[in-house]
Amino acid sequence: MMDQVVTQASDAAGSLRHIRADFPILTQKVHGKDLVFLDSAASAQKPRQVIDCMAETMRTQYANIHRGLYWMSERTTEAYEAVRDQVAGFLGAGAREEIIFTRNSTEAINLVAHSYGSLLRPGQVVLISEMEHHANIVPWQMLRDRAGIELRVTPVTDDGALDMEALGQNLSDGRVALVAITHMSNVLGTITDARAIADMAHAAGAKVLFDGSQLAVHRRVNVRELDADFYVLTGHKLYGPTGIGVLWARREILDEMPPFLGGGDMISTVSFGRSTWAPVPHKFEAGTPAIIETIGLGAAISYIESIGFDRIGAHEEALTAHALKALGQVSGLKVIGTAPERGGVISFTMADVHPHDIATLLDRNGIAVRAGHHCAEPLMRRLGVSATARASFGIYTTPEEIDLLAATLVQIRGFFV
Amino acid sequence: MTQDDLYRTVVLQRTKTPLYAGKLAQANAQGQGTNPLCGDRVHLHAVIDAQGRIDAIRHETRGCAICAASADLMAERVTGQEPARIRQLHADMEAAVQTGNAPAALGELSAFAPLHRHRSRIRCAMLPWTALMEMLNDDKDR
Repeated sequence: MMDQVVTQASDAAGSLRHIRADFPILTQKVHGKDLVFLDSAASAQKPRQVIDCMAETMRTQYANIHRGLYWMSERTTEAYEAVRDQVAGFLGAGAREEIIFTRNSTEAINLVAHSYGSLLRPGQVVLISEMEHHANIVPWQMLRDRAGIELRVTPVTDDGALDMEALGQNLSDGRVALVAITHMSNVLGTITDARAIADMAHAAGAKVLFDGSQLAVHRRVNVRELDADFYVLTGHKLYGPTGIGVLWARREILDEMPPFLGGGDMISTVSFGRSTWAPVPHKFEAGTPAIIETIGLGAAISYIESIGFDRIGAHEEALTAHALKALGQVSGLKVIGTAPERGGVISFTMADVHPHDIATLLDRNGIAVRAGHHCAEPLMRRLGVSATARASFGIYTTPEEIDLLAATLVQIRGFFV
Repeated sequence: MTQDDLYRTVVLQRTKTPLYAGKLAQANAQGQGTNPLCGDRVHLHAVIDAQGRIDAIRHETRGCAICAASADLMAERVTGQEPARIRQLHADMEAAVQTGNAPAALGELSAFAPLHRHRSRIRCAMLPWTALMEMLNDDKDR
């Protein structure tokens, strides 16, 4: 039995070594120290498979898509559209037409707020939660101010979980048209029970949108099993490039929604009198899209799937448990958010040491963490803090890096006492 | 652990034991600075004489070590100074954090020159100066 455990552990270390070898940036030095990158929740590093695929596309097979009547354009169109199939498979979508490429999650939510939002009537409600990223707050506020809808907020519990009882109360008057909630908090690491939220929303006659920016990196998502209506994610947190995000929505909803941006590629016919729209997904993809980035996202998804979410999830759970234990031993350190269902995003404060000072002093030791309000000011106010430091993990993060973080925090604390 | 020359003794001392923190009952001028990125805040209370000279100044700072120490050292440095001199110090401070070269006139304020290598932290040190400039401009308008 012991032998088996040791073998498993060394297998894990071996495969972690292989994964790290795929990320060229991890060999960089920062201030003369080995880079310890603990800010993957903000944006993940890129494996050579993504970097090489994008460079190779530009070197050998690049032209504009959907319009060129020549070999190079047709090949690029195929590569671009193949990613739509890939993303549909990745999310368990019912059809490839349900995948809309956007710039990022923020743009995907804005698309829904503008387009689906235009179908809402004054007095209808959009229900969000207290732990949303600004990207899932501000577009709804703008819709409220534009369209006279009501914006309602479901609180979080003291341990940083979504208050499901309050969610039920918020749904009870039957005026909620859309529930828009994070699938995993970028501050607390809390994973929400998306299926239960979807069931409650549907029972109250509401549609449901999940912000999967954080979760899709760590767990397999199946939008049909979740019974979601909208799901958004972003490529750059998924080890892919910046500038490419995804909106998935049910076909019948997308058909009903008016276009978001107007321009080339999204039309069927154009005259000065009127234009008609292309069918989905193209109705929502105006102008030349992020071609190289989309193809890079495809490479990132292939890379993730070659590792598999079983391994990704197991690695992350072990790391998170290890980190909570190691950080728990740092005097004066307080982890913000202790919901039982959580992923590898850990926010903390440390006695009177300001998060910015923590981040700068960690950086001097090669350790990159985020510090600030993490684009979630209302949540910060709810938690009674103005800022936190945040360490977040990726598939390349090692237990040794977390030990180094904890040891350096102890030294920083000593420095300020 | 690699300690940064930014967190020099003078910075740490002024953070832990500020000499100019608090309010002034007789203050006739106020200045505010807020950093929307982190919620840090500096509130200045000062007594300014008829010629615009700062007779006394105190700060209430909610912020990081760099911000708090900068506010305290700034308060010390500008006490008794006239507006023209203060504006020159502000320009020298700005030059120091942008270039890393501190004009000799800055004295202990040169402790913040290493910020030119931590560009994301420059506004932490400059926040008290933003509050001070706001206060001086308000005073000029009076």
